[in-house]
This record gives sequence, structure tokens and C-alpha cells, in this order.
Amino acid sequence: MKLMLGNQAVARGLYEAGVDVVSSYPGTPSTEITEFASKYDEMHSEWAPNEKVACEVAVGASIGGARSFCGMKHVGLNVAADPLFTASYTGVNGGFVLAVADDPGMHSSQNEQDSRHYAIASKVAMVEPSDSGECKDFTKMAYELSEKFDTPVILRLSTRVAHSQSPVDECERVPHDTGKYEKHPEKYVMMPAYARPKHIVVEERISKLKAYAEECPFNRIEWNSDEIGVITSGISYQYAKEALGDKASYLKIGLINPLPEKMILDFAAKVKKLYVIEELDDVIETHCRKLGLSPTGKELFTFIGEYSQSYIREKIFGEKDEFAIYPESVPVRPPVMCAGCPHRGLFFILKKLGVMVSGDIGCYTLGAAAPLSAIDTTVCMGASVSGLHGFNLARKGEYEHKAVAVIGDSTFIHSGITGLINIAYNATNSTVIVLDNSITGMTGHQNNPANGYNIKGEPASAVSIEAVCKAVGIDRVRVVDPNDLAETEKVIREELAADAPSVIITRRPCALLKSVKHKPPVFVDPDKCRSCKACMRIGCPAISMSTGKAKIDDTLCVGCGLCEQMCKFDAILDTAPQA
Amino acid sequence: MTKSIMIVGVGGQGTLLASRILGSVLLGQGYDVKVSEVHGMSQRGGSVVTYVRFGDKVASPVIEKGQADLIIAFEALEAARWVSFLKKGGRIVMNTQEIEPMPVITGAAQYPEGIVEHIRGLGIDVVAIDALDLAVKAGTARAVNVVLMGVISHSLDFGEDVWMKALEDCVPKKVIDVNKKAFALGRAVNE
Repeated sequence: MKLMLGNQAVARGLYEAGVDVVSSYPGTPSTEITEFASKYDEMHSEWAPNEKVACEVAVGASIGGARSFCGMKHVGLNVAADPLFTASYTGVNGGFVLAVADDPGMHSSQNEQDSRHYAIASKVAMVEPSDSGECKDFTKMAYELSEKFDTPVILRLSTRVAHSQSPVDECERVPHDTGKYEKHPEKYVMMPAYARPKHIVVEERISKLKAYAEECPFNRIEWNSDEIGVITSGISYQYAKEALGDKASYLKIGLINPLPEKMILDFAAKVKKLYVIEELDDVIETHCRKLGLSPTGKELFTFIGEYSQSYIREKIFGEKDEFAIYPESVPVRPPVMCAGCPHRGLFFILKKLGVMVSGDIGCYTLGAAAPLSAIDTTVCMGASVSGLHGFNLARKGEYEHKAVAVIGDSTFIHSGITGLINIAYNATNSTVIVLDNSITGMTGHQNNPANGYNIKGEPASAVSIEAVCKAVGIDRVRVVDPNDLAETEKVIREELAADAPSVIITRRPCALLKSVKHKPPVFVDPDKCRSCKACMRIGCPAISMSTGKAKIDDTLCVGCGLCEQMCKFDAILDTAPQA
Repeated sequence: MTKSIMIVGVGGQGTLLASRILGSVLLGQGYDVKVSEVHGMSQRGGSVVTYVRFGDKVASPVIEKGQADLIIAFEALEAARWVSFLKKGGRIVMNTQEIEPMPVITGAAQYPEGIVEHIRGLGIDVVAIDALDLAVKAGTARAVNVVLMGVISHSLDFGEDVWMKALEDCVPKKVIDVNKKAFALGRAVNE
């Protein structure tokens, strides 16, 4: 027995199932699946430029006969949806499993979409585990389903399953035989003449899966009291069990698409009061209503955010726990850019210039928070670049000299390049800033195609961001160190003034990278400090004014020098003033 | 009966390692264990919380208001923030270290005073120690997490050898000595 994160248990399941090819793009809360997978040398693991590429790699590997995998967060499946919908038609050769991790409560996401709709829409099987042990077992079972029913299988996780540890038993790896490759165009060439008959196959397959759902061992009933019956799945099952214990009976659904019919009807007939407890959308409830049942579901339980044992107990029994309340207000502690973060200087300049900032997804989204408060928009990966072009078209040139897009290196590779091609091709004088910190930061430091290292940290081919920008038709490409405030401001002013599209690459590695050598912390000379608070305007967590004078926390400061550039009185020093 | 422990602090203080040590100890003692963590956006110097639950069979991985038997707070303000999660008769072990959050740094809010007294005033059993000082004495400010594990080790009825094994399993070899020292200094607080 080992304690494993749900994500780690999925990786263990991939290993034991004999998976050969793993291709993913990082995204909280799915990232650790592929990080743990990369520790097994028996499997090829890689970070792909985006989820669509990762999914297509896995589809290709499956056609090649290997058991294959791709993992992503919920919004990543929007990007990978194109190959998924047609892979549903082609089916598989080696088993193909796609893991998608939803984020109810939006701990680290821009929306709260429910991925179960994708399984229904693409007509593929979906399984949903509720703890780490099930993560491993369901992953292995998903490969058997994939090959038995000739279908991609989606493994649906949610934050509390992916990021909770619980005990897991380890087994041996069983290698998968890739067999001999045979050309099979009517199965794998999805042009209309071959796709039409495949749609019939897909409909037949979903009927077979429906029949299987009645006997699938992952759909099971736990009989306790017949007063209350609960139909549930995933993490909601754990919350319901904790809240209701043996006062209720449970129909726990593991195969979430397609849903069983007879099993649900039989269960409903044997209980006096039927509830459906599911986070986010009313997928199971809608299915029950189609079967003619009238369970209590979303009329009682919300569509919004995470559930919990307390929430369910209060809704069903009206019971609440007592708790003490701290007698004073407690200041919030929001996430902040780290001390020494190379994004800080850039956002300070952007705020100073008062420009419209079209934002993107990454650590630098924190540039929207006080005191920098620089970002105007954040929608999805890559939208900073394409969105800026649209914004500039809407404002008819008025903003071309006072609006920029900001996008990280990994996000630029993911889906910023196509937007930049559009800027060059359809000619707005847009200015795009690529924040190149040489890592995928927010998801916990993954290498990417622009930083010269692969998933195992071995040297790899590196995309030249400058060369890409020039190749797509941007003539004005500048590189600047964002910790040099004066130079950064000068370059941004020049590129905003130019009557041509431009790219500015602000290049400095993430301050948290182990390879980055820091300078010693800086000090404030209290005699020189005039308490003007200029250094406070950059929002550095190492600087405070609790004593009336600026004070620098030497356990946090990495000597980036930004505050020294802010101080007009030379009060911030490289070495401590003599007492 | 399932027991619930919360570890709360500021992103970067090493709460995840503490939860791994605790999880390792509990699993080694034959309990079913669930440990729930936060990653991603919530990590960057923000308020962080880890839930540890153990018993014969644990269902939910999360803990809510009025449910924790023990809260281990790595920072004073975080003790105040999460105290409502404590069960009646529960205990809080807190580091008195203060780390200013951004609203305090920018002057939009004040760092609250008298946190230990306010929590005691709620009738709660508080153990308040300067874990940063003990960690520095052990050899590194980064060992605040292991000092606090030493302090709470008395709250769980396992021998010191169980904790030492968990430390060896969870802490990198090159820093094991300083961490063992940190644990011993923490454990000595209540003796």
C-alpha cells in the first residue's frame, strides 16, 4: 500500500496497463499524471505544444497499435475536441484513453465547465473514479473497454480526486503487444464515403455500451436504508457517503457515459425518496427524467462550485456543525507574483503607461491583481494575441498605439502563434509582448518546446521565438530584460509608436528555477528612506512598511534590483548599512 | 471514528511536505488515510490548506467548518483565518510567525494584533510557539514544517521511531539531519 495522489495513481494505472505512449499539455489539476508517467522509463512520455497535438499523438499511437494516453484539464479538452470527435468514428487499434480533470470551484481555472457533455456529444465511453485506488483500477479497465468496444475512453477526474492522496496497491506491468500494422483506410480515413458507415458503427457501439452499463462492475449498489436512495458518482459519492452514512442506499456510477437504465429504474423502485447528487451539471438527473423518474436533484443542489459533506447534510437533513468565529476581520491573502518574478517589472511599466492590456493564461494573469492592476482581459489560451487584433479593429486604430497583448512562452507556443499570423496577415499595428521566463510556470515548472529541455530534463530542440515571429511576417521583433525598467519602458514606447505590428520578448527566467543564480538580498538604509512608498508600487511580497520605513524581508528577497530602480533617494542598498 | 487534521499556512512554507510526513505515519499505523492538497494558482504565496483525514474507512477528503480535531497553523494570521474549522473541544497548534499578506503590504488592511489571545478567548486549546526560531536553531528556517510535526507528535499516540521512519521516507537524504534536529526541538516543546 502506498499513499498516492489520484493523478499519480492514474500514472501507475498507465504503467501497469502496458501503455507505451503518453502525450499531454500541463493544466491544473491534471499535470501530475504525466509528470509521474515520465518517471517510468518503459513508457514514452512527452509534453506536447497543446492538447490538440497531444490528443492527435495519442490517436496516431493507437492506430500504430500501442496503448496510448493524453491528459489535460477541462478547458484543454476544448482544444482537443476536434480529434476526439473523429477518433470516436475511427475507433482504436491499441487502447486509447484521454484523461480530463474538471475544476469545480475554479481553484485554478477560468471557467467551471462539465466535461461529461463531451462524452455524450462525441459518443464515447467515460469512466469516473472517486479515489486514488479507483483512479488506478478505472484507468486499467478503461484500456480494456477501449479495445473491447473499439472506442476512445475518457477518464474524468475532478480537483478533489486528482489532488487527494489515498492508499493504492501496486501491481506488475503487463506489456501490450502492438501487433503488426495493417493499412485499413475504411476505418481510419474519415472522408465522407468512409465516415457515413462509421457513424452507424458509432450508434451501434453506444447501444452495446448501454447494455454493458447494466453489468459493468464500476456501477454498483450499496444497500443500507430504503428511506433514501442516492444516485451519484465521482467525488460527490464520497461527500454523500460522509454526509448520509448508512441512512441512505447508494447507486454509485463508475461508467458515466452511457448511463445504465434498468439498474437506475430498479434502484429507484426500491427506495422511498430518490436523490441525484452530482457536482456541476444535471447529467445524471436529466437521464433519470428521460427514464420517467422524478428525483430530487438540482432543485435542491446547486450547479455552482464544489459540494461537500456539510452541504449535503444541511440540504437533506437540515443539520449544521457548530463552529467558533474569529472576533475580528481577517485580511485576505491572495496569491501574488513571487519576489524576483520577472513579470513584475513589465506590469509596473504597463500600468505606468496606462495601456489596454489583452491578457492570457499563466502566472502573469496575477498582473490583474492590485497593486499592479494592469490587465484588461483574460479569456483562454492564446486569446491575448487574437483578441488584441479584434480589439484594435473595433477601436479603428485609436488603440493601436496604446494597447498590448501579454502572453507567456509556453502559451505562445500553445496557441499564440496562429493569432500572431493573423495580426501580420490581416494587418493591424498590434504590439504583442511575449513574457519568456523559459518554463511553464503556473502549473509547477514544466519544460516546453521553447526552453530547450524535454519532459525528463534532457536537452531538446528549442523554438526560437524571435525567428518564429519574423517568419510569420512580423518585422519588428525586440528582446528586452524586464528587470531593466528604463529599457523596458523605452522599447514598449517605441513599439507602440511604430506604424507596424511588433513583438517584444521580455526575457528572464522564472525566479523559482533552480538554475537561476540569485544576488544577495538588498537592504533599506532607514536614514535615507523618506517613506515615499515608491518601492511599494511594484507589489513585491518582500517589501513592507510596518515600521513606517520600507523594510525588506531577507528570507524572501532574491536581489532582483527592481526596488532599487524605484527608489529616488538611493535608500535601497546592496549591502547592509553599518550600524 | 474518522479524525480530521488541517495544516494551514502560506504558499511556500512547506505545508505539503508536512502533510506527506503525517500521511506516511498514519498509513504505516494501518489507518485508511486521505490527504487533500491545493496546487496551481492557489499556491503562489496565497493562503494554503491541506486536509488530512484518517480512520477505519475515510470517505470525504475535505474538512469543513466545525469538523477539525486539530489545526496546525504555520502562520499566525492563517490560524485566525481557519479557526472556525475547529470542532468543539478541538486544539490548535500555531506558529507565532507573522507573514504580511499583500493587502497589509499595500496598506489596504492592518495585520491583526493579539491573535493568540483572541483564539484563547473563544475557549479553544491553543499551543503557540515560535517555530521559526526553533527551525533556525536546528539549522534552517525552512524546517518550520518539521518543527511543527515535532510539536504535534504528542497529540498522536505513536512512538518517536514511527515519526523518524516517516521523516526518512519523505525528506531528502542531504537534509535529514537538520530535519531530525528540528523535529526533536519541536517534540521537546511539550515535554
